[in-house]
Amino acid sequence: MILIMKTITKKQSWNSYQKEIANDNLYYARSCIRQNFFPASEHMFLHILQKELGKNVFDDPNHTTCTGIGYHADVVLFDTIQTVIARHFALMTEAGLEHMAISCVTSFGLYTEVLHTWEHYPEQLEKIRDFLYKATKKEFNLPKSIAHTSDVIYSLRDEIAQKAQHTLINKHTGKPLRAVEHIGCHYAKMFPSKGVGGAEFPQVLAGMIESWGGEVVDYPERRHCCGFGFRNYLVQANRGYSMSNSKKKFESMEVYKPDFILTNCPGCSMFMDKWQYTIAEIDGKTYDSYGKGIPVLTYEELTGLVLGYNPWDLGLQMHQVQSESLLDKMGISYDPHLKYTDKHGNQLPKPVSPLHLTQT
Amino acid sequence: MIDVIIIGGGIAGLETACTLHTQGIESLILEKEKEIGGKLTQWDSLFPSNRNAKELVETYKDEIQKHTITVYVNTKVIAIKKQNDGTFEIFTSREIVFKAKTIVIASGYSIFNAERKEEYGYAIYPNVITSADLEHMFATKKELKAPSGRTLERVAFIHCVGSRDEKVGNHYCSRLCCVTGVKQAIKIRQMLPETHVFNFYMDLRMYGLGFEEMYREAQEKHGVQFIRGRVSEIAQTNEGRLQLKAEDTLAARPVRMQVDMVVLLVGMEAPECNSILGKSCNIQYNAAQFIVPQDIHYSSGITSAEGVFVSGTSIAPLSVFDTINHARSTALAVSNFLMPIQNE
Amino acid sequence: MNKFGFSTHASRVIDYETIDTKLISYIVENEPSFASCISCGSCTATCSAANLTYFNIRRLNVQIRLGEFEEIQQEIDKCMLCGKCMLVCPRGINTRNVIMLIKRGLTTLEIKK
Repeated sequence: MILIMKTITKKQSWNSYQKEIANDNLYYARSCIRQNFFPASEHMFLHILQKELGKNVFDDPNHTTCTGIGYHADVVLFDTIQTVIARHFALMTEAGLEHMAISCVTSFGLYTEVLHTWEHYPEQLEKIRDFLYKATKKEFNLPKSIAHTSDVIYSLRDEIAQKAQHTLINKHTGKPLRAVEHIGCHYAKMFPSKGVGGAEFPQVLAGMIESWGGEVVDYPERRHCCGFGFRNYLVQANRGYSMSNSKKKFESMEVYKPDFILTNCPGCSMFMDKWQYTIAEIDGKTYDSYGKGIPVLTYEELTGLVLGYNPWDLGLQMHQVQSESLLDKMGISYDPHLKYTDKHGNQLPKPVSPLHLTQT
Repeated sequence: MIDVIIIGGGIAGLETACTLHTQGIESLILEKEKEIGGKLTQWDSLFPSNRNAKELVETYKDEIQKHTITVYVNTKVIAIKKQNDGTFEIFTSREIVFKAKTIVIASGYSIFNAERKEEYGYAIYPNVITSADLEHMFATKKELKAPSGRTLERVAFIHCVGSRDEKVGNHYCSRLCCVTGVKQAIKIRQMLPETHVFNFYMDLRMYGLGFEEMYREAQEKHGVQFIRGRVSEIAQTNEGRLQLKAEDTLAARPVRMQVDMVVLLVGMEAPECNSILGKSCNIQYNAAQFIVPQDIHYSSGITSAEGVFVSGTSIAPLSVFDTINHARSTALAVSNFLMPIQNE
Repeated sequence: MNKFGFSTHASRVIDYETIDTKLISYIVENEPSFASCISCGSCTATCSAANLTYFNIRRLNVQIRLGEFEEIQQEIDKCMLCGKCMLVCPRGINTRNVIMLIKRGLTTLEIKK
């Protein structure tokens, strides 16, 4: 017998945690690592909002990292990160915008933390205004709202469902695809009221999965951290500790035979994808029945698939765990010959297939 | 004009009325529910004697009849207005206005809504129940099983749900949940000798008459295992069991345990009406909305407003034992207050 | 060490699904007072062995329930059976009998370690 999260949505316990999510006239704050690991995700977010849904989103070339990795690794001071974030607010103000959409969960957590700090310690805000002015001659307004970009997609999930080319239904069995959703810790664990659905039963990704026809797996280690932890994975010798956290999750979800994992955090997406390879190399173990691993998708990639985009344009071939099994179940056609070609059709080097994690 | 109006027909209100009657003072009870007996009507058995709770309710029903005390059921108090002559007008869900020389607030308590501890999944996972639900099961079910129908190989009790918890805003200890957990654990072991029972506690507060003896009996005679650690979360497994996470703090290691049913030992909260009553007759109540007596030791049944008294769990979580004693002492305080008036 | 320079860590979590309960059942059956321990630690406070070694008689209760048999095996012989712990125990547990039962149980029961 397989039990799923349906009982949760039946009770709608998460409904008490709602937030205002602006989904138009947004200032876009990029992540510093997502473009490397999931190269099409941020591009797809902009493309879908601007081109598919006709929204105004400003992608500012002057925007920088929030320095969150440095902050969480104890090399960037709180005053510094507050000033960097203040600069982003200044850029937003200069662009005539009032709402921010933040691509990274770490950044989202930090923006929330900084705004919270300023609310409770106004003298900090004045200090940071002074720092920023001395350094850059910039001034800023506080945003009217900040949202994580997964919040934005969540708020548009029904609009997206109406335009869907593919649903999360297994074409072979007619049954909903089974998804594990993994929420970055800093999305709602620090400030539960700032996340859709709160910290215990976050709804931001579950809402997308259900709107698009899938089924959410509620497994015992659902709330466990992926193990990213910043300083903990930065030193190579410590990475076993980081990886063992992901392993705990894989072991817990394995019996549910999930069709894919959906994440909203840069670190989680990276770790849950890449550690499947590392664990396979070290322990010879994969967590699906076919030795291929469980595909890990970002919510932008999933949105892209649902809207009918070419999986290779979504960069799915750049993942460690390959997604063909999922594409087949969703009934998405793809050309295997074009998997490793550039936009001009030139052949790109093909990655070597590892021993234990079969690449399709 | 009646001498005393008692707000609440639970055991505190009933005992106050009976004692007052013995003293020759007439009172009237206003009860918002359709019958008297309060929360006790929902309970199966009482610690430490294991007597049937219904039996005590019946005893009070008989006493009320014997003393010919008038009870208005389905009557919810909306506001109290103090008159210039020191008497009171009480407005309720009924059309008539009640008039009295004194008021006794015996509003009782409400059970903590376990849904607020989201991480325990109450009302999400069917086999997570509260101690109040378990009492109901004891009273109505012949065979004890998990709500989903599972056989109970293992049951976990979680102490302090909604009590001693900054996260739900309740700093106080509800005092009775510890012994309720012990009582219910013993009962499960008696009904199902093959079932393993674990109680996860922070401190065990066996303060009352016979409580410590029950605890020791639970350990030694009934094999209930007590684990010192607060459960951090509950999730459902693939097989429909519940997995809970805690620390065995005496071993200083995290614990994962799968069980077939979890019982949340929910605490007591002040009923919403306390703040309404408090405001409308200007009596002092604390942050948790329990009514603050004039002097916690010397006059625990007297409020800060002249002519307004308080009886039972309106002041704090109390056992049946403590409630009845408090109700009697409040009745004496009322009688002392009224005597000079009557002698005039 | 493998090519990554790190490996997976063993879990420190006590998993109740894998604990061998033979020893605790054996002790409680033969010395029921053992179940009434409240971990007050007065036994360890007074214990001669605890002053000089890692032997901790209070912790034995927890260790036996959690299946930490290797540690028990390593420490159990440090007990000098002086009986001071019995004198101080507020629950009246026959701690000497417990020690003897542990020793016997570890050698006679087939315990999964």
